[in-house]
Amino acid sequence: MGVQEQYPFDVQAVRADFPILDRLVGGDPTTVGQDDSDDTPLVYLDNAATTHTPEPVVDAIANYYRGYNSNVHRGIHQLSQEASVAYERAHDTVADFIGAAGREEIVFTKNTTEALNLVAYAWGLEELGPGDNVVLSEMEHHASLVTWQQIGKKTGADVRFIEVTEDGTLDMADAAEKIDDDTEMVSVVHVSNTLGTVNPIRELADMAHDRDALIFADAAQSVPTRPVDVTDLDVDFLAFSGHKMCGPTGIGALYGREAILDAMSPYLYGGEMIRRVTYEESTWEDLPWKFEAGTPSIAQGIALAAAIEYMDDLGMERVQAHEELLAEYAYDRLTDLGSVEIYGPPGDERGGLVAFNVDGVHAHDLSSILNDYGVAVRAGDHCTQPLHGKLGIAASARASFYVYNTVEEVDALVDAVSDAYDLFA
Amino acid sequence: MGLGSDMYRQQILDHYKNPRNYGELEDPDFTHVGENPSCGDTIRVDVALDDGGETIDTVRFSGDGCAISMASASMLSERLEGMTIEELHALETDDITEMLGVEISPMRVKCAVLGRQVTQDGAKIHRGELDPDRIEE
Ligand SMILES: Cc1ncc(COP(=O)(O)O)c(C=O)c1O
Repeated sequence: MGVQEQYPFDVQAVRADFPILDRLVGGDPTTVGQDDSDDTPLVYLDNAATTHTPEPVVDAIANYYRGYNSNVHRGIHQLSQEASVAYERAHDTVADFIGAAGREEIVFTKNTTEALNLVAYAWGLEELGPGDNVVLSEMEHHASLVTWQQIGKKTGADVRFIEVTEDGTLDMADAAEKIDDDTEMVSVVHVSNTLGTVNPIRELADMAHDRDALIFADAAQSVPTRPVDVTDLDVDFLAFSGHKMCGPTGIGALYGREAILDAMSPYLYGGEMIRRVTYEESTWEDLPWKFEAGTPSIAQGIALAAAIEYMDDLGMERVQAHEELLAEYAYDRLTDLGSVEIYGPPGDERGGLVAFNVDGVHAHDLSSILNDYGVAVRAGDHCTQPLHGKLGIAASARASFYVYNTVEEVDALVDAVSDAYDLFA
Repeated sequence: MGLGSDMYRQQILDHYKNPRNYGELEDPDFTHVGENPSCGDTIRVDVALDDGGETIDTVRFSGDGCAISMASASMLSERLEGMTIEELHALETDDITEMLGVEISPMRVKCAVLGRQVTQDGAKIHRGELDPDRIEE
């Protein structure tokens, strides 16, 4: 019978871990939080922007503040030791989760954006110059696109873009041309947050390494939704954000190959990252602390580890299966409406998101109307303005799925899209 | 149901589908183009003045955008004809939402006021009161 029978885990049991999914919406958004004016069940399909937080992760944050809140690496007292142990172990949890050698290869950052900037500044400013080039793709998120573009301007390095084909995949012949002997860095998004394309990172890594270039994978949409192993992908850097995978905001991680991180100068200076300081000179802490200046996001780092444990319990293969199930179902049902244009590869070859436009309805109007039905989607350029320009559109609507979404929620989306079309027809 | 359904009342949809004063002027006293970067909405306004430049004679607008920004520009264009420049500058956000006759959700207010903003900026640039390179989005 239904697609529901193919769920890789008990979705209702997962939903029970996320109390926010039970809230009503539809009322006055200037009165923050649910109140009497809210009357419509929430259908949350904006997971590529940020995911919700399950109880064990909320508990991890509360337990830290209630039980052992303290600064890390500084105190000899017990609370500081407990906080330090938990915060440091969180790095091990991340390392294990993505197949890194150990905590020395995992730098906690604020988010993916900060991780990209860290490498662009600490590595890029030192290593790049006129005659060099950095190869991106046309589907980069602004986090990578703007960062390398600006580092290119500062250093004189050329910034190039691998073309996106009609079907929303990377033109690998173009990649083979653009990645050349002057390439120092290839920085490509793993799963596109707009097209849903899953890019061949391993193949790009091989191409980069053949030319003695490094590769950075923007894994903001991939680490949360599928098994990712830095060794299998053979990447030099990789970054993701906690808030897109059941973790809190304010925490993300940069993976870097130990030898490369070791050779890099710090990005931020200050406390926690130094070993010896005189009025004239300073020396740096060991990895990864050399890159974590100042008091870090301690509770958030610990909660990121809790989020990873939560995802690991579900199993990343099953998470990927669930994402693909909903993406394909949404792709097919939206396509059947006949009035919808979807961007990117076919339903069975994409990550768990669908960006689209409805004939005659501007994406902002569409998302306002969907909001009326309690359906939360993103409308806009999804931080890929140049890609939207290439697609010939100013904006699109995007539905993105996570572990707690259901087939019925996709049906609610499709019904609302159909009504919006009728309203404007 | 939330604010959205109310936002798309008949009048708004009518102005969106059949915009009034849509187009460009042959010989405008000023023309200005502005955009709302969060949506990618773009509006161009052409204005012909009268009365020694003190009164708005004719308005044409064109552009591309959501129903709220386009309907608002269309309705505003009808209001502007005969208005003095002083009255134009006195138009506030509340005047626009009142004109639209529907409640505009907070995230959409920028769409609703785009037409007004473009016209006001254009008038100020025309009078040398605003440096076109220094317009805040
Ligand atoms: C592909 C991609 N890269 C980078 C980012 C930036 O993530 P953050 O805003 O957490 O830094 C996002 C999400 O916003 C994304 O989808």
